Amino acid sequence: MNPVELSGITFAYGEGALRREVLREVDLSISPGEIVLLTGPSGSGKTTLLTLIGALRAMQLGKARVLGQELAGASESDRVRLRGRIGFIFQNHNLLGFLTARQNVAMSLELHGGMSEAERLTRAGEMLAAVGLADHAEKPPSRLSGGQRQRVAVARALAGEPGLILADEPTAALDKVSGQEVVRLLRDLAKTRGVPILLVTHDPRILDIADRIVAMEDGRIVQPAKAA
Amino acid sequence: MNQISSTENLLPWAPELTGEPIPPRPRVAPGPAAFLLLPLRLAWRQLRAEKSRLLAAMAGVMFACVLVFMQLGFRGALFDSATNMLGAMRADLFLMHPMTDASFRPEPLPRARAFQTLADPDVAVAVPIYLAQATWRNPETGRRRAVQLIGLDAEAGAVGFTGLAPLVEALKQPDTVAFDVRSRPEFGPIGQLFAERGPFQVQVGHREMRLVGLVEIGPSFGADGNVVLSETNFRRVFERRVSNTDLVALKLHEGADPRAVQARLRELLPGDVMVMTHAELVAHERAYWENGTPIGFIFVFGSLMGLVVGMVIVYQILFSDIASHISEYATLKAMGYSNGYLSRVVMSEAFILAIIGFIPGLLLSAWLYNWVGAATFLPLAMYPERAVTVFLMIFTMCAVAGLLAMRKLRDANPADMF
Repeated sequence: MNPVELSGITFAYGEGALRREVLREVDLSISPGEIVLLTGPSGSGKTTLLTLIGALRAMQLGKARVLGQELAGASESDRVRLRGRIGFIFQNHNLLGFLTARQNVAMSLELHGGMSEAERLTRAGEMLAAVGLADHAEKPPSRLSGGQRQRVAVARALAGEPGLILADEPTAALDKVSGQEVVRLLRDLAKTRGVPILLVTHDPRILDIADRIVAMEDGRIVQPAKAA
Repeated sequence: MNQISSTENLLPWAPELTGEPIPPRPRVAPGPAAFLLLPLRLAWRQLRAEKSRLLAAMAGVMFACVLVFMQLGFRGALFDSATNMLGAMRADLFLMHPMTDASFRPEPLPRARAFQTLADPDVAVAVPIYLAQATWRNPETGRRRAVQLIGLDAEAGAVGFTGLAPLVEALKQPDTVAFDVRSRPEFGPIGQLFAERGPFQVQVGHREMRLVGLVEIGPSFGADGNVVLSETNFRRVFERRVSNTDLVALKLHEGADPRAVQARLRELLPGDVMVMTHAELVAHERAYWENGTPIGFIFVFGSLMGLVVGMVIVYQILFSDIASHISEYATLKAMGYSNGYLSRVVMSEAFILAIIGFIPGLLLSAWLYNWVGAATFLPLAMYPERAVTVFLMIFTMCAVAGLLAMRKLRDANPADMF
């Protein structure tokens, strides 16, 4: 079964006269290990779609099966549990400022039992090494560069062995070089683990990492095309 | 563990090399220790990161703590000291006029009642005790001040004032008194003068009397100082009807049941006396100060104010802590942390603040108790029960602040993170 299966997703903000549909009848599926880029002008509904898949918002209409969990009518605690199995990467790194890079990565492991503190920290250290930050593990985010912080965020998203990675403009706050570095790192790590990625971006410099690019406009998917 | 850095050490058919998906490790729910300890640790790390905020919160809790300790201390001291004199009585039963509210303002009762009790076979001794306030002239400055006079037959052993026993013979002499050395210093340095000169003349009321010794009772809110003297000498200071007394102490024969005697005496005596055990006598005096005056209420009110102010400070600190970390909290929610987990973080912060504010507050209060106790002669002491009570109050205060601040967590919406 595909990690993500959406059919007939319709979503609107507001009610009555103020009701504004941002997603109309969206169908989308992502196969295991696939890297899908979601592009489109702002207001096209791609971020809303991402938050629905990420179980950050309650569904309205349609069916969405993410990592085997049906989201239509899912309870809050079901959604919280599902989020633990998804790796999120945000536009801003959103690292906890009072924790070191290693502790930040370990935070995504604390949700899962069966691991001792030492195991969590070792694992976090290995993830940081995988994103090339082995020497910066004990630094707080304030002493890391923007690209390094986003790499910590990548390590954090991947450390919990997620079944799916959702990223929203991960390169928006970064310069060209570090942005590409982060995205390539993300792709390589995901590919090794067979984790599918859904990445929302405006950034034309990173389109080449995608297996498939999906363009959205006005709440609909307009052109599901294979990447060159 | 699947890590990129060591692929060269892997077997050729390892999933890392073949590109085959690695099955995720089985997910286990966190254990019960992690349920509380991990949020607690996160809370501590977060508090520790902002030193100035932590200090402000600590000072707030400490302030509330000291305020409550002082209020409760004064309240306790008031009630303790109010019963200093009655507490030192050594008798089984007491007679008092039903209209007597407090010992500093007694309603006289017929002295004959004391002797009527002797009709009961179990009553061994009946000691009338005379209570009144007179003035005492400070031998150094000449200023006069109201002092509590306690007139009784010291030989009967109905009171256990420290230092009274060796003075029994001396107090039998005409116009002699013993002074409470723990009285407030406004009466003059009596203890020091007595040590230097031995017995000397003092003025009690309008009468010249001779100070023959020192006892220890302690001042109360009703009386700044105490003077002990014999029944006869008491009547020399006060012209009053010899048929009246103020309090009667009854000593029973060995093995008598005070409750049974109390019941019999109630039958025997008319309605102008109450028959009380020692505990009831002390409780009656205490009840006057607790209920008959606004003093008890004032201190409770003061304590509550301290707690409210402390709560507002802690709430403010926790609230701004959440507000400034709102996107981090939202990120944690997106990562799968539940609202409950974050609530536990906030509550942990509140409890950490309660503890780290309470400890210096306790030490400061203990020091203030000594200092204020020495300056006011009030029996201020850091009883363990009081420390526990105040800790529970501070704990509750922080818990309420935490519960209020927790509502701010709802603003951490992970859907807004994108």
